[in-house]
Amino acid sequence: MLIKGHVYKFGNNINTDVIYPGKYLSITADREEMAKHCFEAVHPEFLKNANPGDIIVGGKNFGCGSSREQAATCLKYFGVRAVVAETFARIFYRNAINLGLPVIIAPGITQQVEHNDDIEIDLLIGIIKNMRTNEIIKAKKLPDFILKIVTNNGLIPYLKKKLGILGN
Amino acid sequence: MISMNKTIAEKILARASGKKVVSPNEIVMARVDVAMSHENADVVLRSFKEIGVKKVWDKERIVILFDHRIPADSERTAATHRRLRTFAKEQQIKYFYDLRQGICHQVLAELGHDLPGEVLVGTDSHTTTHGAFGTFATGIGATEMAGVWATGELWLRVPESIKINVDGKFKPCVTAKDLILHIIGILGADGANYQAVEFHGETISHMTIASRMVLSNLPMEMGAKVAFVPPDEQTIAYLKKRTDKHFQVILPDQDVEYSGELNINVSSLTSQVACPHSVDNVKPVSEITGLKIDQALIGSCTNGRLEDLAAAAEILEGKTVHPDTRLLVIPASRRVYLEALHKGYIEIFVRAGGLVLNPGCGPCLGAHQGLLAPEEICLATTNRNFKGRMGSPEAFVYLASPGTVAASALKGEITEPC
Repeated sequence: MLIKGHVYKFGNNINTDVIYPGKYLSITADREEMAKHCFEAVHPEFLKNANPGDIIVGGKNFGCGSSREQAATCLKYFGVRAVVAETFARIFYRNAINLGLPVIIAPGITQQVEHNDDIEIDLLIGIIKNMRTNEIIKAKKLPDFILKIVTNNGLIPYLKKKLGILGN
Repeated sequence: MISMNKTIAEKILARASGKKVVSPNEIVMARVDVAMSHENADVVLRSFKEIGVKKVWDKERIVILFDHRIPADSERTAATHRRLRTFAKEQQIKYFYDLRQGICHQVLAELGHDLPGEVLVGTDSHTTTHGAFGTFATGIGATEMAGVWATGELWLRVPESIKINVDGKFKPCVTAKDLILHIIGILGADGANYQAVEFHGETISHMTIASRMVLSNLPMEMGAKVAFVPPDEQTIAYLKKRTDKHFQVILPDQDVEYSGELNINVSSLTSQVACPHSVDNVKPVSEITGLKIDQALIGSCTNGRLEDLAAAAEILEGKTVHPDTRLLVIPASRRVYLEALHKGYIEIFVRAGGLVLNPGCGPCLGAHQGLLAPEEICLATTNRNFKGRMGSPEAFVYLASPGTVAASALKGEITEPC
């Protein structure tokens, strides 16, 4: 599974309050509306400069803080194709997987990839290629079980299959 | 070689997954004993409907209550509350507490839902709090909670465990809050990422249940998955008053190999404060004494319990809050509120010029009730000081103990509690 995209880069400890402000938590169902508020309060430039299809590259502890699933949902429905980070905080990591938003741990990624680079992620093998420098960055391969959820587009389709529930 | 000496986390997850032994890094399917959600049960509900299962797996193991935005801050929240009331009725959810009880992390303990050896998942990051009773308690997302509602189980990676030994006697006015802030300052915002934390040592043995809950509440701010205080006689006495359910105390084996150990002696610890904009930016209060504050906030799942209100009332009794500072007090639960009324604390807060708000999360997460304007400074007993967390992204939130916040409210500037 190859994922290609333009890099939008952040630093360390990007927390879920920053990704999705608390004042919009009352939006519980409309995912397109959630997407309109990604990074709105602290990094409003994201909504102006990022594009659907981009890949977010973060530093250490990406997604720390609150368990709000909207933080992963808003990125997915904005059109973010994947998030690559040095490390992730655990609940954001789980939420992204369960929503079918690929999250890849790649130690050293912030040294090897710059804002606006184009990268290509091979999810099955666990490598990332920087198209500007042609460098190959080794990522942590997702455990098979988690890969199965991500490639099924999240936990809901996965569970429907498992429980034998058909259709949408 | 797989070690046969097991941590609390490994023992509970082995039991919950029906295995003899499990080891760190293994992914298991764990049976859930308690599944808790607040307003975000509305997000869960949407996913639950998408799965297409008609009935929840066990109507007696799901707890739903409202605490994040009560009473409703908007029509939208009112609609969320209404949808969930209907859902709880339709599904005959046994433990649906509506907006009557207070903050989930206090209420579940008070009402006997936190049991040693069980697996409790909550759609709230501070679910680690329940580990104060030896419960494997962890925060999860809404979609996976929908999976739990449908099937009663979820995948968990077995965590490595860090042992934190705490010895020594606290100085006057130094509390569990100062201790856990100090620990987060040492280990950092991701210092316990994906890991279990076990608190041991004589200081912990002597600590009240409420203080142990402060210790288990905040390790989430260094990334921890669960945070245990091994149950003892005090834990069992607390639980026996609140439930007649059977439970099994699970303790770690002797000679467990922990992934990390931290030894702390609290005898010389002073009052601490987490400075903007991260919880690991911790300094002794003495380093920032004199900083003017616009708002002082006492409450939250971290520090809204009776002993917290008692510490604040002792400092505020017969005095008046500084004219340039506003004081907000939010009891963590209805029960705490009633006890504080009975003991006269509420009258002390009101006479001092404080606003006493209804039990709930209040402004902690930036939804309503006391948000900050640009450039304002708030000193709070809450758990997060992220940029934009409590209103304007141009505001500043500092975190400290209830005593520090109360004393600072009187002076209008950050000061030592005594």
